[in-house]
Amino acid sequence: MAPEPRFHALLHSIEATEAGLESAGYIANRQTATAVYLAHHLRKPILVEGPAGVGKTELAKSAAAWLGLPLVRMQCYEGLDESKALYEWKYGKQLLYTQILKDRLGAELGEEPGLDAALERLHGFGDLFFSERFLEPRPLLRALREPEGAVLLIDEVDKADQEFEAFLLELLSDYQVSVPEIGTVRAAVPPLVVLTSNSTRDLGDALKRRCLHLHIGLPDAKLEGRILAARVPGIEAGLRRQVVRFVQELRGLDLRKLPSVSETLDWARTVVLLHARELDGELVRATLNVLLKFEADIETAEARLGDLLRASQQEAERRPAAR
Amino acid sequence: MTLPLLEFVRAARSAGLRVSPAETIDAARAVEVVGLADRGRLRDTLSLVLAKTADEKARFETCFDRFFSREGFGAAAPPPPPDARPAGAEPPPGDGPGEGLGGGGLAAMLRDGDRAGLASAMEEAAAEAGLSDIAVFTQVNLFTRRVLERMGLEALEREIARLDGTPQGDALRRQRDWLRAQVRSFAQQNLRLFADGDAERQRERRLAATRLSAIDRRDRERMRVLVRAMARRLAVQYGRKRWRSRRGQLDARRTIRRNMGWGGLPFLPVWKRRRVEKPRLVVLCDVSGSVAAVAEFLLLFLHSLNEALSGLRSFAFSGDLAEVSAILQGQPIERAIPAIMDLVGFGSSNYGNSLAAFEAGWMPVLDRRTTVIILGDGRGNRTDPRADVLARMADRCKQVIWLNPEVRTVWGTGDSDMLRYAPHCRVAATCATLGQLERIVAGLLRDGGG
Ligand SMILES: Nc1ncnc2c1ncn2[C@@H]1O[C@H](COP(=O)(O)OP(=O)(O)O)[C@@H](O)[C@H]1O
Ligand SMILES: [Mg+2]
Repeated sequence: MAPEPRFHALLHSIEATEAGLESAGYIANRQTATAVYLAHHLRKPILVEGPAGVGKTELAKSAAAWLGLPLVRMQCYEGLDESKALYEWKYGKQLLYTQILKDRLGAELGEEPGLDAALERLHGFGDLFFSERFLEPRPLLRALREPEGAVLLIDEVDKADQEFEAFLLELLSDYQVSVPEIGTVRAAVPPLVVLTSNSTRDLGDALKRRCLHLHIGLPDAKLEGRILAARVPGIEAGLRRQVVRFVQELRGLDLRKLPSVSETLDWARTVVLLHARELDGELVRATLNVLLKFEADIETAEARLGDLLRASQQEAERRPAAR
Repeated sequence: MTLPLLEFVRAARSAGLRVSPAETIDAARAVEVVGLADRGRLRDTLSLVLAKTADEKARFETCFDRFFSREGFGAAAPPPPPDARPAGAEPPPGDGPGEGLGGGGLAAMLRDGDRAGLASAMEEAAAEAGLSDIAVFTQVNLFTRRVLERMGLEALEREIARLDGTPQGDALRRQRDWLRAQVRSFAQQNLRLFADGDAERQRERRLAATRLSAIDRRDRERMRVLVRAMARRLAVQYGRKRWRSRRGQLDARRTIRRNMGWGGLPFLPVWKRRRVEKPRLVVLCDVSGSVAAVAEFLLLFLHSLNEALSGLRSFAFSGDLAEVSAILQGQPIERAIPAIMDLVGFGSSNYGNSLAAFEAGWMPVLDRRTTVIILGDGRGNRTDPRADVLARMADRCKQVIWLNPEVRTVWGTGDSDMLRYAPHCRVAATCATLGQLERIVAGLLRDGGG
């Protein structure tokens, strides 16, 4: 039996997983931690869906940092194909070699009496050109070949085409691929695979069936407060509670695009940079465009600014909730 | 706790989750890894393995909670009535413990108030009776009886008859009634667990087949959800720009261009591929009084399609016509519909006028790749139908599709000009239900639409 990978010991329980991610700066709720834990123990990819900016990509990065594994990232886009995802032949190098060999080839072929025999000879050289030394591995192959394992992030898979999805499926079912000219490449240590999707289209059932499906939504106040504390350590506790409450209230409005965690973090950083001690009308008005991307949404929020501020100020006056 | 996983999977399926056999196996493996001790952890785990959309997650949660709160004799269940054994109703002296008390194990458990014993006897009997096959509410009584019989009701009844008139007999009778109520509620819980999803699906199927103009007020919300889901489904399937490569056919021109740097040596073969065009749709929707009930759904459908398909131009008309693409794009449907109705709605329709307005204002929008869809009953209140305008539109565009909420047999009767318009349409079809709408639009989009 193959020896356990080194990082295995770190993933000995769901609690340890949660704490480990937190040590890398990622605040996971219990289900997210469970997903990472199971992904390892069941050797199954995680498919993370949810709105933009809720920490889908960051989950993979933090897991890699915590486990001390290389992060191999595969950013998906329309038109992505195997040659960009798996491997490509180094054509330039092949060409260079061809030219260097040209004279020799000429000489060698010249001695051959017939066309058939010449072809036969050329065939021998073909194997040389399609060998390891001319192979350019792309992310998926690199991840399979990491000797100690890796975290493979297949980011925004919904942007790739359906054919690519089908191709992924093969790879993810047994963590091996076959390169016709070289043979089968099998991962010594299966990578921990995280696929993310912003749900711009529905992914195929087959892919979903292969994966653990984790939905990360917008966080509740408690979780968002913890994320803020982890990511913007410079913010003072009272102000942090105000910011969180303000954003949570804001999400209750009828907006075209609700602010996500990433916007909350950006806003908090802005507020800290401005040396604010608490939220007030002027400050919020001046910085609202960090939180809201649509003009119409900013107008909606400004119309309700009084209520929003009142709620967040009450929050600051409350004693911090026991945690 | 043991987890009847297969039974849970069945419950999940009838709650509307699509669980494959492979996922069932995954669930079993996952449960082995995380253990059964912690209910919350089990819930997280099964949700990760079994529920694969936001909608499925929500259904999963309800189903999981129902499944595990189902035990009728759990800690929360009431004990047998305290007066089941009134003071002074001790067994007659001379009888040793249990002696002289018949009625079998069931009676004994009832007398002792042995809830754990009763619970497991009930579970067992329920499994034997196939309670999880329960499908409709009329079966509750039947299954209650079957479960009770398997638990030993007959012996219990004999014992009650034997003790008739004695305090013990009365107590046992009350305990039997209590037990029957427990089993009954257990059967009802099972009904909810195993038959609910089916009922829901039946309702959806029924709604999809109901005439749009006859949808009950109560069903409107549900309809909206259905329409949205349908539009999204269509948009997802057909809305993306797609390349279809024709495997094995070398594209010589692009191969040479791509390999120019290497003296034309074809290191990088480029295969021929065909671009599948996004459908280019122009939709004209009648929102006049005669089709108002249907128009709401059609607009909703347009709106949902709009969210997902780019390059859709929408127009609404009754007496006159206006473009409503921006209105549909800029706001939620609850506001968009009234805004459109304010603009052009409710009047009596004048098709001729509206078609002429389209020709005057937007004819250049149409080209050889556009599909025009007209939604309306073609009843212009005896105004000039201007079929000539439609003919010119059909000439410019790829095809005109006319969807009419009326059945074909009444086309051309009264003030209907439908038979005048039909010759210019590639398809003129009845579209009175959501199901028909979906079929027609799917067909359209599949053929490239434009
Ligand atoms: N749970 C979390 N813990 C720590 N940081 C988070 C968390 N969720 C989001 N973030 C932060 O929010 C930002 C956006 O996250 P990202 O992973 O890029 O979002 P997504 O991939 O979901 O669009 C990042 O800067 C990330 O650090
Ligand atoms: Mg991301």
